[in-house]
Amino acid sequence: MSWIDTVMILLVLTDLAMLGSSRLGVYVRLAALQGVLVGVLPLLVGPGRIGLETAFVVFTTIAVKSVLFPWLMSRIMRGFEARREKEPYVGYTASLFLGVVALGVALWVSRHLPTEETGVHPYMMPAALFSIFAGLVLIVSRRKAVTQVLGYLVMENGIYVAGIVLVPDSPLFVELGVLLDLVVGVFLMGIMIFHIHREFDHIDTDQLATLSDWKPAPAPAVSEEARP
Amino acid sequence: MTWALVLVPAVLGLQSFVTRSNTWRRVLLVAGAIGHFVMTAMAWRNLPAPAWGGWLELDAAGLLFLSITSVLFLAAACYAAGYLSREKASESDLEEGLLFTNQPEAVFTGCLLMFLAAMTLVCLSRHLGLLWVAIEGTTLCSAPLIYFHRHHRSLEAAWKYLMICSVGIALALLGNFFLAVAFSSGGRSASLALSSLTQAGVTPQLVWLKLAFVFLLVGYGTKMGLAPMHTWLPDAHSEAPSVVSALLSGALLNCAFLGILRVWQVLVAAGHADFARPLLVGFGLLSMAVAAVFILGQTDYKRMLAYSSVEHMGILALGVGLGGAAVFGALLHAVNHSLTKAMLFMAAGGILAAYRTKTCSGVKGLARAMPVTGALWIAGFFAITGTPPFGVFVSKFIILRQAFLGGHVWIGVAALVILAVVFVGLALIVLRMAQGEAPEGAGTGALRDVAWTVIPPAVLGVAVLALGLWLPTWLEGVLQQAAHSFGGGL
Repeated sequence: MSWIDTVMILLVLTDLAMLGSSRLGVYVRLAALQGVLVGVLPLLVGPGRIGLETAFVVFTTIAVKSVLFPWLMSRIMRGFEARREKEPYVGYTASLFLGVVALGVALWVSRHLPTEETGVHPYMMPAALFSIFAGLVLIVSRRKAVTQVLGYLVMENGIYVAGIVLVPDSPLFVELGVLLDLVVGVFLMGIMIFHIHREFDHIDTDQLATLSDWKPAPAPAVSEEARP
Repeated sequence: MTWALVLVPAVLGLQSFVTRSNTWRRVLLVAGAIGHFVMTAMAWRNLPAPAWGGWLELDAAGLLFLSITSVLFLAAACYAAGYLSREKASESDLEEGLLFTNQPEAVFTGCLLMFLAAMTLVCLSRHLGLLWVAIEGTTLCSAPLIYFHRHHRSLEAAWKYLMICSVGIALALLGNFFLAVAFSSGGRSASLALSSLTQAGVTPQLVWLKLAFVFLLVGYGTKMGLAPMHTWLPDAHSEAPSVVSALLSGALLNCAFLGILRVWQVLVAAGHADFARPLLVGFGLLSMAVAAVFILGQTDYKRMLAYSSVEHMGILALGVGLGGAAVFGALLHAVNHSLTKAMLFMAAGGILAAYRTKTCSGVKGLARAMPVTGALWIAGFFAITGTPPFGVFVSKFIILRQAFLGGHVWIGVAALVILAVVFVGLALIVLRMAQGEAPEGAGTGALRDVAWTVIPPAVLGVAVLALGLWLPTWLEGVLQQAAHSFGGGL
């Protein structure tokens, strides 16, 4: 088993751990670990000799994903009392189950892609697709804004891995794209979490549900006949 | 010159962040808009030279969308200068009576100008990676604009906008990777420069090309507001200040549409456009249908306009999907829709400032209380629903005609039925608002026409009317050229 396979298995395991966990602190630490895992990939995939470009890519990825963002997230959370995710829209067990099914689907899909690019490292594409899916599940099924942002981070990690498999000869392009996405997303989201906290005194996004066209109609007065 | 189009608004935007005087900021805003407009007008005389190794180049399609952006921004800047002079630093909420503060004006003006720079970059990009960066940039600059009024509803709108569009943009990035694989040869990934992707004799791998198109369509389609990825759009458009809604709807959605068109251009050049037609037609019809359902019985007139934008984005996708003359129609429709929708949002801003409510039922006697705004509101309604002699009628007619002539009778019939439903839905709301007795105190205080809320939309309205009566040859030439590069044309 090569180093890449080990890293990919660890990536899948951290995704699963995030799907099944409820503690915000654990999410942040797992996200930081994932940053290191995907950060070292260009070293393992490359042709063996490490150029300046690769070194730069590895350094900035790890610096941003596993130092800067986790620090930002823990700073944001320091002021809040909540340490746990509460009552997610999809439960932890259900998320884990979904995750296992998605892993199967990811393996099946990757097997059916033309394998010229993906054939060299057979586990990278499934791990990438699975991370994207796990990130999406975290975004749509959790209530805390912090968890949603971390879900976005997980999804971007998946896209980064996919980029390294698909566009192996220009890691800088892949990295710049993903980092730009993250900086825009995570920094703006971080700022907004501050505002959400100030406005509502907590960071649950279910308070953000005033705007909708599905407002329940005011309960109709019970008619005389219906009364017992 | 090419660089100046991007850099002038960007530098003025940065200047606006640091300067101290609010008056000076408004001067910067209007000056930036005029400067951009003049440079765009000069580009019509002769196209500026490519810059940055061909990554930045203005072609017919880019020029068309750049002009839409520039005209709208000029109107919006004049409107915003008046709007900002009236806004107080803190106000009581219109719907719930809460006190809230506004974003500092430095952030608002600065972000507006940076937003213009980002949208210009979208129009100039001839490299799909750069295009992606620019579209990402528009999200960055526009999120603070939506959160101008700092209260919980605009916060919710901005959060949804940021979250949903970020996920969409991330999927588009994945689509770009797939595109690089599709065009790779001999183990080397392809450059994403449009010129090398569309040159003759390149044979992409079909599976990756299809995957790329689907991901890019969904990714940019999120930003464009195609159903079912449109959910951020009504919230953002209704909570942002009206002038920002006008820009989002008239300029930003078009920029995302241009993103899809660029990928479409690659498909057309490679000769593989046919598999994607049903996708565009399907998303188009679905967007129109969803919008029609939510327009019927809508209680908030700004949300009504937002859903109308979803409907028109659907018409654009439908037009491109049908091909032939409909592509020409879709591009013309983008122009018409932008002008009309910006006019309607600006009129809505005037109504909101006067009546201080966004509910349709709270506005009565508009035609009597504010004759000019009322006239604009009704004219805008007739224009947007495609009543002759406005320009929207012409472009909708071209698209529908192609549907019937091209043998897609059922698509044409479905589109017509949806358009009829939308007409009824909008008529019920708009006409009820315009009719009736004027409320107490009409003609005095806030309840009167104000120059800055009526002149910019009136100019846009005249432009839409003119486009319906007469299509200038210079505009027709550029539309033809652009439509030709997207595999269509009259």
